[in-house]
Amino acid sequence: MRLILISSLVLAGCSHSEGPAPATPVPMAAAAAPASAQAPLAAFETVRAVLQDPRCQNCHPAIDQPLQTDQGFVHAMNVQRGPTGHGLPGAECSACHGKANAPDSYGPHQPPGVATDWHLPPPEMKMVFVGRSSRELCEQLKDPQRNGHKDMAGLLQHVSSDPLVLWGWSPGFGRRPVSVPHAEFVAAFKRWSDAGAPCPQ
Amino acid sequence: MKLLVNGREREVDAPSDMPLLWVLRDVLGYTGTKFGCGMAQCGACTVHLDGKAVRACSTPVAAVGSRAVTTIEGLSSDGSHPVQRAWAEVDVVQCGYCQPGQIMTAAALLTTNPKPTDADIDAALSGNICRCGAYQRIRAAVHRAAELKGGA
Amino acid sequence: MRAISRRELLAASGTGLIIAFVIPGRAEALLAGPARKPKPLPSPNAFLRIGTDDTVTVLLSHSEMGQGIWTTLPLLVAEELGCDWSKIRVEHAPAHPAYAHTGFGMQMTGGSTSTWSEYDRYRTVGALARELLVRAAAEEWKTDAAKLRVENGYVIGGSRRASFGQLAEHARALPAPTKVNLKPPEKWTSIGKPVRRLDSPEKITGRAVFGIDVQFPGLRTALVSRSPVFGGTLRSFDATEARKVPGVEQVVQVPSGVAVIATNAWSARLGRAALKTDWDLGSFAGMDTEKMRAEALALSRTDGAVAVSKGNVEASLGKGAKRLEADYEVPYLAHAPMEPLNCTVKREGDRCDVWIGTQFQTMDQQVVAQVLGLKPEQVNIHTTFLGGGFGRRATPVSDFAREAAEVTKAAGVPVKVMWTRDDDIRGGYYRPAYHHRVEAALDGKGRPVAWKHTVVGQSILAGTPFEAMMVKNGIDETSIEGINDSAYLAGVAARRVTLHSPRRPIPVLWWRSVGNSHTAFVVESMLDELAHAAGKDPLAFRLEMLKRSPRHAKVLKTAAENAGWGRAPAPGRARGLALHESFGSIVAQVAEVSIEPERDIRVHRVVCAVDCGQPINPLGIEAQIQGGIAFGLAAALHSQLTFREGRVEQSNFHDYQVLRIDEMPTVEVHIIKSGAKMGGIGEPGTPPIAPAVGNAVFALTGKRLRTLPFRLA
Repeated sequence: MRLILISSLVLAGCSHSEGPAPATPVPMAAAAAPASAQAPLAAFETVRAVLQDPRCQNCHPAIDQPLQTDQGFVHAMNVQRGPTGHGLPGAECSACHGKANAPDSYGPHQPPGVATDWHLPPPEMKMVFVGRSSRELCEQLKDPQRNGHKDMAGLLQHVSSDPLVLWGWSPGFGRRPVSVPHAEFVAAFKRWSDAGAPCPQ
Repeated sequence: MKLLVNGREREVDAPSDMPLLWVLRDVLGYTGTKFGCGMAQCGACTVHLDGKAVRACSTPVAAVGSRAVTTIEGLSSDGSHPVQRAWAEVDVVQCGYCQPGQIMTAAALLTTNPKPTDADIDAALSGNICRCGAYQRIRAAVHRAAELKGGA
Repeated sequence: MRAISRRELLAASGTGLIIAFVIPGRAEALLAGPARKPKPLPSPNAFLRIGTDDTVTVLLSHSEMGQGIWTTLPLLVAEELGCDWSKIRVEHAPAHPAYAHTGFGMQMTGGSTSTWSEYDRYRTVGALARELLVRAAAEEWKTDAAKLRVENGYVIGGSRRASFGQLAEHARALPAPTKVNLKPPEKWTSIGKPVRRLDSPEKITGRAVFGIDVQFPGLRTALVSRSPVFGGTLRSFDATEARKVPGVEQVVQVPSGVAVIATNAWSARLGRAALKTDWDLGSFAGMDTEKMRAEALALSRTDGAVAVSKGNVEASLGKGAKRLEADYEVPYLAHAPMEPLNCTVKREGDRCDVWIGTQFQTMDQQVVAQVLGLKPEQVNIHTTFLGGGFGRRATPVSDFAREAAEVTKAAGVPVKVMWTRDDDIRGGYYRPAYHHRVEAALDGKGRPVAWKHTVVGQSILAGTPFEAMMVKNGIDETSIEGINDSAYLAGVAARRVTLHSPRRPIPVLWWRSVGNSHTAFVVESMLDELAHAAGKDPLAFRLEMLKRSPRHAKVLKTAAENAGWGRAPAPGRARGLALHESFGSIVAQVAEVSIEPERDIRVHRVVCAVDCGQPINPLGIEAQIQGGIAFGLAAALHSQLTFREGRVEQSNFHDYQVLRIDEMPTVEVHIIKSGAKMGGIGEPGTPPIAPAVGNAVFALTGKRLRTLPFRLA
């Protein structure tokens, strides 16, 4: 069978990274630090939980194939990242994913859609969320060479209003939205970035 | 609403959320586009929108807009498209139900990638299920179509 | 409109060119065979029509569902007739006793029988027609028929030639010969050579009409809401919201549920979604897969109805030098043909027309007639192309034809009842789940001396019209075929095969290769276990067991040699083999597999050897073997149905997974021309693939997989 669980991906990730398994909440290394130092890290933990929610991380995979469902199965149909993140010829994301979610009347398991086109990060900047430790995720997020050439303001705008990000909170009929409310996510992101965007050690 | 299907502009009287598949089949009578799953799992309903492969079963007709719809009936009037010729030459079909979708996906693939490898073919066509198991001949036929196209 | 059958199109084409040339009445006895009394034929009344435009139309007594009979039967006719292959036209025959299966007595397609059962009949049709055409020419030219020859659609005598079309009307008036001579094989020009399919042109252009494509003015589409649990009954329904859906015209109750009838399929779907139903779910609502598995496991420890008993198996098991025990399990499976089930019924007074992609015309005709209070001959069955069958379109109770007749009757308008994929996956008629318990013993030389096999699984035939005829002494042979008749086991001195057939409300049915779909898996995997326990090479071990079956041994050796058995495969890969006889054909397969992190089991290559007796069309055989492997591989790697609280948990291809092109191995087919009696080819490619893959996985990993679908972890 072609499906593998996220957990095995995580294990695979562990074999060549030293970070803890990130599918479970990362123990706060800063637990003993003063409260003022803890707050932005707690805020980042909220951000991390969102980035590593299946709705978000399924399209930020460590492999060159998207994932699916809350279980993080490798996307059926042998779907590939492709040269631009939009799939391969004949099997572009747009073959199934339109400009909007299907109407509710279509029932569950419809391919979701978004106005700015369904896609993965491009191969030259994969922005992997799956299997990353909090620290790795944090450092990647802040690094313009690895985050899509964004500064903090750009990132904040991205998480606040990018249609593909917002999709995580309106994922279509029968699909669970991101667990953390969007406003809470944006607020946490802002708290974290306003505090100088510290990363867990 | 208006829909451009196989080069003809058609006036369509259908609810805007009706899937393109059922507009094509039940309203316009293009029954070459098939129903297989209703959720973009099997590819039997594949058509082209502006030359790109799209699953008609999960595309509301209103989302088509001004894009040109091409169905299997519009790929060629007489089976002369290189993909169709290759399909006949390689003797691909069995029950034939999935083949309009397979052919439309293969044609879209060759438009962007005129010389696909086996891996390219597998990637492009993994969204199209064939229960008869014609896959090996589908691979061969896509290669043959690429030759026919190149030679044409 | 699309609904007009090809036959009507011909009649209505207005060219006036097509005049039926039919096999005259006296020839019918010859064609129908000695056992059956010929009945009057409808018009056009036979298997062949030759038009004055030189077209040769072959009427198929069997349904084209992908297996290629659309090409094979014309090929048999053409071999004897000597017609121009490009002038061949093909039609499905109407439902009529004249088209009854030569072996089974009813009009049907199944059991991998179409080619061998028609081998004589369709060649005879061709020979009869040729004889008549030659005689017609001889009469016109006042010459001796023996001096004339036939070539590519012409009768030729010296410098004179006449096309079949020119001779058709004259030939029609001639008395039929009472005897014809068929060509000896050395004179064949077509049989045994690769021939491309005749249905390609319409299938690659979207013109081919499947049942679901039938449309005509006034036709409505219906979806039926059925009990979510098998055996449930409808308490009540509320159609208020359903009727509000634009396009919905009627909501009617039928025995199988509630039908929502609309002007188009989408409205019917929305209407059904809006329908409120209240079901008494019945006793099966408490059942789930784990419970059924536990029940089967318990039953497998007890003796069932005895199918085979030879020697004293308990004593031999006790005396053996080595004893092995194993439990194997396979799940319920849906056929999931790509075209969801559908049937269109139109009634006008005493006439009824049915458009259906069916494998069982005779049953459908009788059932629809019964529902509508008509005589079977008043029901015209128009067989369309079948978008896959695999057994699902061959229900002894004609479930989807019956339902369509009920809906049409209740609605009073012509209706196409359509199933969605959810209906297909959840609506029943599955390959039953089975539990196998095998105990076997080897003697001191590592030879099997005892085989005790207990099979537990629902009977396909129980409760059907076939039960009285086909279930003997509690044994439904479809549950154990492939064990009781295994060439391997024939040489095991002590053996016992018993069967438990628990009754459950789950509707079950033959699924491509029927019992062989699980028995081959168990027998061939267990043999592999024994071979390894004996410390022998799996090929050598099997060949030793097949000493008295030279055909089988040759097939196995052919596959093994071509696969490179005995030579090391590429690093990271291993090979496994399996051989199984079913439907009169013997197939061996060697699968080469690897384990990949993101795919688990990957099957790269399958080398296959086939002995199906006389091959008719090698291209067709290759396609059927490739397809059989793809079908079996889907079940080996992915597909399964599970029940929770009586409900099927899967619903569509996202959770009832089948094989996709990226998992299709390269299949190599070697056809052995043994000269043996012709066997079938539609199904025998399926049984060996699961054990071949499982045995390869064992060779690679040392892990024995005894449950389908295979799970490594």
